[in-house]
Amino acid sequence: MKELITGAEALMRSLEHQGVKTLFGYPGGSIMPVFDALYDHRSTLHHILVRHEQGATHAAQGFARTSGQVGVCLVTSGPGATNTITGIADAMIDSTPIVVIAGQVGTAFLGSDAFQEVDLVGITQPISKWSYQIRRAEDVPYAVARAFYIAASGRPGPVVLDFAKNAQVEKIEYEPLSIDFVRSYVPVPDTDSMSVIRAAEYINKAKKPLVLAGQGVELGGAQDELRRFIEKAQLPVGCTLLGLSVLSSEHPLNMGMLGMHGNLATNVKTNECDVLIAVGMRFDDRVTGNLATYARQAKVIHFDIDPSEINKNVKADVAVLGDCKQTLRAVTELLVPTDHKEWIASFEPYRRKEMEKVIEPEIHPAAGPLNMGEVVRAVSEAAHHEAVLVTDVGQNQMMSARYFKYTRNRSIVTSGGLGTMGFGLPAAVGATFAVPDRTVCVFMGDGGLQMNLQELGTVMEQKAPVKMILLNNNYLGNVRQWQAMFFHRRYSFTPMLNPDYMKIAEAYGIPSRRVIDRADLHAAIAEMLTTDGPFFLEACVVEEGNVLPMTPPGNSVDEMLLEC
Amino acid sequence: MEKTLYTLIVYSENIAGLLNQITAVFTRRQINIESLNVSASSIKGVHKYTITAWIDEENIKKIVSQIEKKIDVLQAHYFTDDEIFSHEIALYKLSTPVLEKDPRVSALIRRYNARVVEVNPTYSALEKDGATEDIISLHDELQKLGCVLQFVRSGRIALTKSCVERVNEFLADREARYLQHKNEKA
Ligand SMILES: Cc1ncc(C[n+]2csc(CCOP(=O)(O)OP(=O)(O)O)c2C)c(N)n1
Ligand SMILES: [Mg+2]
Repeated sequence: MKELITGAEALMRSLEHQGVKTLFGYPGGSIMPVFDALYDHRSTLHHILVRHEQGATHAAQGFARTSGQVGVCLVTSGPGATNTITGIADAMIDSTPIVVIAGQVGTAFLGSDAFQEVDLVGITQPISKWSYQIRRAEDVPYAVARAFYIAASGRPGPVVLDFAKNAQVEKIEYEPLSIDFVRSYVPVPDTDSMSVIRAAEYINKAKKPLVLAGQGVELGGAQDELRRFIEKAQLPVGCTLLGLSVLSSEHPLNMGMLGMHGNLATNVKTNECDVLIAVGMRFDDRVTGNLATYARQAKVIHFDIDPSEINKNVKADVAVLGDCKQTLRAVTELLVPTDHKEWIASFEPYRRKEMEKVIEPEIHPAAGPLNMGEVVRAVSEAAHHEAVLVTDVGQNQMMSARYFKYTRNRSIVTSGGLGTMGFGLPAAVGATFAVPDRTVCVFMGDGGLQMNLQELGTVMEQKAPVKMILLNNNYLGNVRQWQAMFFHRRYSFTPMLNPDYMKIAEAYGIPSRRVIDRADLHAAIAEMLTTDGPFFLEACVVEEGNVLPMTPPGNSVDEMLLEC
Repeated sequence: MEKTLYTLIVYSENIAGLLNQITAVFTRRQINIESLNVSASSIKGVHKYTITAWIDEENIKKIVSQIEKKIDVLQAHYFTDDEIFSHEIALYKLSTPVLEKDPRVSALIRRYNARVVEVNPTYSALEKDGATEDIISLHDELQKLGCVLQFVRSGRIALTKSCVERVNEFLADREARYLQHKNEKA
């Protein structure tokens, strides 16, 4: 007779079978059999005990975004499960592959309001790619195989497995299972060869083409294909926030970031180009500004793997469905080499204007307190522009996205679609486990840091080499900026009374330093980067600084403010 | 944009919780479902949803692609009335005393071709099948005579007029490609 094992043990073997090596989790009553099984697998499944389940999900996201592999979380039922909701929603809107495995009460108790019972499948269905309840031990191999396949394939996303306690302890014969086919699910739609031909025709005829590159390029591993595509026909590129590292910041065709706080040239040129070529991006409202006036003059070509993105916000004249690694290659073959010299040169005055009015004063101020932008640029330079940037949300996020430079793939981890404060610290912890050979820098605000401050405990225990930079302005700065601009400077509940962060770092045994004076900045950054393991750097920055340029909500992309 | 009564036909795997996911696509976009019917289809293990809603074409397209995106949904398509055979059934519970007193009630029942399935001294039950508009207008007229105690509609069910069975083709195509993919790997 074959060996009989528990459902919990089957989960361990199924995870190993999927190639999982790292998980982020927190134990509790309804998942105890699984944690008990994990005890025997500690050498192969490296479990990181976080300090809050939300931290586990963001850590799994940081892990997934930097490695390209599925991030895994293991939590208990009830409050453990509900604490993962923000991370699941965040992973959904930012297309991040994670699998959240939560305990659940035994099937005999389901629906009885048992202790720590919540309808997790019901709660997560609208915010996950797939959500499934494992009610019998024999379903474990199938559920895990399906979960990993769905999370990672096509447009990636979060999958939830709700693991009933009886299924964790029942015994089964285990047989490893892999799944690469679900008949109702088409991860990569067919590419219509006519669409490839038409896209190439439009681009070949274009006088003023503009490429919008999104995270889809990173997810599809198509960074090289994008580069060959744009170089062959000399197509200028704007990158979305999540797509900032798909093309080196130093590439001559990289014209900068798109969107509300993006670069002036890319935004203005969006409303001037004759052919707009969107690749793996979804025309988020933070990118388009007022849709009614967005790129009306342009023919739109939209490359995407998700058919439901086509015509969702912006109507496409040509939709090139499929995997952009293949479709970009196919279109590139049909392109006629061109130079678009004049068109490319026409970006320059806008670039110069932004440099002079916004960038230079931000990164090289003559006097006064430190600016966020100068701290960010100094860190980026000290790390030779090769570090992974993780951000929290707010002014610190926009400033770090703008002033960091990217020379390697998968180098930005930020909460784009959901804008989750508290994302940064745990996401950075996750990233250090995914890419141990890279420097991971996380920039946070004083508000957002305190939203998942407890994860300093995880940093301490794991000695996770996170370079934490607090851009402390003693305000919920992003909201304060909007209050200044749109609510008559009525600073309703945005001043932040802060603790002594040096003492907090010290309590966790994390080396730290506070910088107030410009003269100390470079030495402090050098100390941070040369210290082994984690480091906490507090930069006391200008209190009422503003992120500029800005397209105020409702404005057209070409109506950016350079001052306010 | 102009609103039309569209009929949506969705085929899915038989999995608990899918109904919720499908209706959520409508509620999220603040679109009311006019009628909804769920039943087994002619394909083993496959369920068929027939949904009607007043909506414009741009939005029905978005709804269809959002529904089709659900992992366990096989296919979703939308149709106008001329592309389908549709049918609906309704039951009416009427007050017998009013029915006996007012001859206009019986005249209506005959005119609309409704069937009386039960008569007792308190109430009478009618059954009528056919087009949605007829069913509703019979109800409205009976209501004016003040005899309706209860009224219920089944929701529309529909068959496509097309000579192609798209779900069967989809499933056959999926299986064929999977086998090809497996052979290539082997
Ligand atoms: C969980 C959550 N709550 C509230 C907000 C709204 N919000 C966006 S930015 C911001 C201010 C952030 O302040 P801080 O972390 O200090 O960053 P700063 O903007 O000052 O750099 C707030 C409150 C949010 N994005 N996420
Ligand atoms: Mg702040």
